[in-house]
Amino acid sequence: MSINTQPVTINLGPQHPSTHGVFRLRVTFDGEQVIDVEPVFGYLHRGTEKLAEERNYVQIVTLTDRLDYVAAMTNNLAYVRAVESLAGIEVPDRGMYLRVISSELQRIASHLIATGFLLDELGAFHTPLIYCFRERERILEMFEMLCGARITVSYMRPGGVIQDAPSDFWPRLDEFLSSMPGYLDELEDLITENEVVLARTRDLGILSAQDAIDASITGPVLRATGVQWDLRKAEPHEVYDRLDFDVPIGSVGDTFDRYYVRVQEMRQSLRMIQQCVEQIEPGPVRSETPFFIRPGCVDTYVGTESPKGELGFYIVSDGGISPYRMHIRAPSFINLTVLRELLIGWKMADLIVIFGSIDIVVGEVDR
Amino acid sequence: METVILRSGFDFNGIYGFLDGFMPDHLDWLVFLATSLILAIVIINAVVLATALLTWFERRLLGRFQSRLGPNRWGPFGLLQPVADLVSLLTKEDTIPEGADKPIFTLAPIVFLVPALIVFAVIPLHGGSFLGRLNIGLIFVIAITSVNTLAVFMAGWSSLNKYAMFGAMRAVAMLVSYEIPMGLAVVAIAVAAQTLGLSNVVLAQDVPYILVMPLGFIVFITAASAEMSRTPFDLIESDSELGAGYHTEYSGAKFALLQLTEFMAPIIVAALVTTFFLSGWRGYGPIPGPIWFVIKTFIVLFVFIWIRASWPRLRIDQVMSLAWKGLLPLSIVNLFVIAIEVFIFNPGADGLSTKELWIMTGVNWTITIIVIFAIFNLLGQNRLKRPEPVISPLANMYANTKVIKRVTDMPEAE
Amino acid sequence: MYGLGLAKGLIVTAKNLVLPSRMMTVQYPDRKVGLLGLSKATDTSILNLLLKDPVTSFKALLGMAEVKENLPQHPRFRGEEFIWYEQRCTGCASCAKYCPLGIIEIVTSESGDQMQEGQKYHLDKFDIDIGRCMFCGLCVEACPYDALHMGSGFEEGQYRRQDLVIDKRRLVSAKKKPSTWFRPQLSSKNYDPQKGKNVKWDGAGRHEKPSLEQQQEKWAKR
Repeated sequence: MSINTQPVTINLGPQHPSTHGVFRLRVTFDGEQVIDVEPVFGYLHRGTEKLAEERNYVQIVTLTDRLDYVAAMTNNLAYVRAVESLAGIEVPDRGMYLRVISSELQRIASHLIATGFLLDELGAFHTPLIYCFRERERILEMFEMLCGARITVSYMRPGGVIQDAPSDFWPRLDEFLSSMPGYLDELEDLITENEVVLARTRDLGILSAQDAIDASITGPVLRATGVQWDLRKAEPHEVYDRLDFDVPIGSVGDTFDRYYVRVQEMRQSLRMIQQCVEQIEPGPVRSETPFFIRPGCVDTYVGTESPKGELGFYIVSDGGISPYRMHIRAPSFINLTVLRELLIGWKMADLIVIFGSIDIVVGEVDR
Repeated sequence: METVILRSGFDFNGIYGFLDGFMPDHLDWLVFLATSLILAIVIINAVVLATALLTWFERRLLGRFQSRLGPNRWGPFGLLQPVADLVSLLTKEDTIPEGADKPIFTLAPIVFLVPALIVFAVIPLHGGSFLGRLNIGLIFVIAITSVNTLAVFMAGWSSLNKYAMFGAMRAVAMLVSYEIPMGLAVVAIAVAAQTLGLSNVVLAQDVPYILVMPLGFIVFITAASAEMSRTPFDLIESDSELGAGYHTEYSGAKFALLQLTEFMAPIIVAALVTTFFLSGWRGYGPIPGPIWFVIKTFIVLFVFIWIRASWPRLRIDQVMSLAWKGLLPLSIVNLFVIAIEVFIFNPGADGLSTKELWIMTGVNWTITIIVIFAIFNLLGQNRLKRPEPVISPLANMYANTKVIKRVTDMPEAE
Repeated sequence: MYGLGLAKGLIVTAKNLVLPSRMMTVQYPDRKVGLLGLSKATDTSILNLLLKDPVTSFKALLGMAEVKENLPQHPRFRGEEFIWYEQRCTGCASCAKYCPLGIIEIVTSESGDQMQEGQKYHLDKFDIDIGRCMFCGLCVEACPYDALHMGSGFEEGQYRRQDLVIDKRRLVSAKKKPSTWFRPQLSSKNYDPQKGKNVKWDGAGRHEKPSLEQQQEKWAKR
């Protein structure tokens, strides 16, 4: 005898402790299993691309801070690279090294948030979250030394960075570099071999490599499926071709691999920063650019490896002081293409975990 | 074995005898009533005060584990924080959803709270418990602590809420499944101590049972953690999933009662673990028995809070498979082994001697280690091993890309 | 495997409980201290405290005495206030033009001052609306005369929204402790706005004030 059951549709509403922002998921359950998922977003749309048409090229840097509000330096980097390619501006060496140092520090900070919140959703009562935030706090203090603000940094300008690092930045960076591998080892001790974490995340939400490539997924999600693609190695920019680092990839493409790839990327970032500190030379940090940059009638697309994936800026210029059109290729938005396929068939408790492992930021999804 | 009465005489018989001296004979019912009232007031006040202190202690200790301070604003070291919580809860509006089942909705917190208070009457603090004469203490404890399943279901069913129903269903399934391993672990203790009374269980522990039956200890601690729905089994109140479980619709004084019981459960379980496994009030030297009891309970509570701070939670199907495929066989093996050993030693009226207990210790520890290895290998071999990263054969863009496993593998930065 | 991973997790948490260097809480604005902490903070010995102020010492024994605590800030911190030097400002309104949000409002009138330099306008109105400001610092970056600097405080809450508009009077009468963001002349002097003294208007600029001879030579060549 079979019991008649009815699928029930529930709103994982815009306000929820674990949707990484205002993001709505309309989920249809049959008992505990998910049979349909419909994401609804747009709750954080602020019209960044339209606002960019009214501001000149330097003022837009403040807009790009607020896209992926968790990782502001890489947003700035992606945008100023696009403007430099548009207007043909060169960057001095020291400026490039400072940019790479701040981008890699920001990558560590963003991955710490991803790891901490993934564990928070697994239910570890905020302990790993607070440990990750404690380390992120040290990175944010270093950003405060560089540019005066912790999250909305606006540190980079077309032509370099705005200001050189103060003299007490370098000892603080050395102290960070020497103690961080120990903290990462401790974090891995807490998480990676924990049987409960392994039981909850192994073989969960498997994404195959072909599916990922077909859906234009980039970033750690792609690398966890086994595809070796990293923009820092494929299209080296800044000083990445002078640095020696590896690109960690996963094997299965499940939730555990995505977490593990992020932890390994943090270690590689530490390696890169160490090499930058050794290679940096005194010099100017910003090349002389006019107050109002007026590129020709050209358009360009430049993609940069942000912690969430490939962040790209497509700028069309008509020769004036503002862009004619700016479009942002947001990695979080594109990574959500496979959300429905990833989530269907799993149980209710897995829903939140898989969604958290993709690591989206709603500021980027909605721009 | 005879029952032993509380030495100071502050138990039911003692007070009854004291008051009986004043009253004439035909007012026996009055003396009975007065004794019960006095005992009830003392026990309930002590237990509620202990629960309030536990809320403070847990929040401070969790804060320390997480590199932050716990609450320290109200009162010295934050000790008045439970008072602040109480005031905030009691001044909230007591809402009942329209269309909800009113009698059951109101009764559920009471059904939750009362058994938790009753259990404290039989726990032996020194030589005897407050009720003095109970020689079926084990059965009493197991029976009374099972009532919380009913209360959880009442709470979830009577609020007219999809999420509360989800939470209540999962909670009932989990609570019912974990009764059995817990009961079987307690049966093993009864067999080893040759008695059903709690004070006699303590007296029979010349060697603490945590050493004699480690398998029983593991089974009991896991099953009891699930019974009081603490991490790693707190999925019924997980706030990172849908809703808040069975107490979604509760607010105000009813919610205060639910929270009170939820924090009373660790104290009960810690007291039971101390009685069953850590030889209760028995200790050394000039420190009196009740103080040893409090110290041991405190250590068990610390371990519970430590576990809560460190591990994430399990999913419902993993919880159920752990109960039926993991804990049930372990508890049966434990009972079997203890029963065989007791049968071989064939103790008389004095119970097992210390030498026999030590022999049992050695045998049981070997059996425990073998069984744990066997269970892990049978159940979770592939999933619970730390995975080795593997280069995928697809899309080999850069052949010299290496995969880094640990920080010690990192080549020296030049 | 075999529960060892769980045990490793417990050891990590215990390490964080026990080691005192892991406690990272900054209790802002008041820190609760005991007797030792109180004596360290007020620089008096414990005996002095007990004799002179028994009430506070008793509170400190209970762990309830409070000591003010400041968040650690770098001198380059971009705070929520603005430091403006009226003597340096010429009313060019570059800051207003460069602001992405357009919240600076400047109304000037001719003043007849310093005609040889090109006339320094008189500012009738200089409003900055910090209710909508995002403290990006572009106005500070734009100012050619180093008249506008960022401040370093952040306790700027008001009870009414219109009080959040800083007008010229408030700017003139504020304490002049500028943050060293985008002001290399201040950071090379190792100036710390939290601990340093007010900076006068002639010490806030990138260039030395020219002497009278240098100025006269410049005017003669025009």
